[in-house]
Amino acid sequence: MTAHQTVTTANTEAQKNEREPRLVLRPAVDIYENGDAITLFADVPGVSEDSLSVEVDDKTLTLQGDIAITMPDDIESLYADVRSTRYQRAFTLSAELDTTRINASLSNGLLTVKIPKREEVRPRKIEVTTS
Amino acid sequence: MFASITNWDGDLINQFNRLQNDLEQIWGSPSGPANIRAVARGSYPSINIGTTSAGVEIYIFAAGLDPKQVDLSVQRNLVTIAGNIPSNRPENTSTYLKERHAGEFRRVLTLPEDIDPDSASAKYDNGVLRVSFTRKEEARPRRIAVNA
Repeated sequence: MTAHQTVTTANTEAQKNEREPRLVLRPAVDIYENGDAITLFADVPGVSEDSLSVEVDDKTLTLQGDIAITMPDDIESLYADVRSTRYQRAFTLSAELDTTRINASLSNGLLTVKIPKREEVRPRKIEVTTS
Repeated sequence: MFASITNWDGDLINQFNRLQNDLEQIWGSPSGPANIRAVARGSYPSINIGTTSAGVEIYIFAAGLDPKQVDLSVQRNLVTIAGNIPSNRPENTSTYLKERHAGEFRRVLTLPEDIDPDSASAKYDNGVLRVSFTRKEEARPRRIAVNA
């Protein structure tokens, strides 16, 4: 009987772990573009540099971060807008973006990602000369 | 599943949220009377409130804030948080997504009655403003010794 109970607990635990990654927060972003680059700002309050990951994998830019806040041990939730501790969001990048020179910085929970365009696709001003 | 960075944002959850908002506008919110100081779901900033035996902890999720510009005030058990998120749009750019809050914000929170307004302390770390209150001395749980 005890063994059976243990198995049941383990199953529920596994189900819980399986379900957990689905509960992700979608950070609010601003995306701006000019001739040189695309700049992305993302709100990830609670994320420290250690718990943040910005990855590019085959034209997909993935932002992921875990909220790391120290809380008192006996805290009980009274009200919660934020119901998960993980932020995640992904974007596909187009071919003219130079994924090898992406620059990311984090300050006060605000993530800035700058994705430069390839040199050869930047807009050029063509001088018109009169003969 | 993935939104293209230079295309419209085809996120399914976002579309369901929009649908829900539309339906609530047509039929009204399904819940009963709301707190008179209640704000709409999704209001900025997101806030978590937790209680401990010693006090109340508020976590305000506001990234990119200048701590000197935050206006935090307490009146009895009402806490008002107000501030300003500056727009950081680079010059001469076109905008694709604009979801982050920009400009002024204000939120009023009703805390349990037994907090001590003078005990407030606040700290801003990694974009989360944490405000702590302790309970009034007489409201704290205490252990009662049983005499034999």
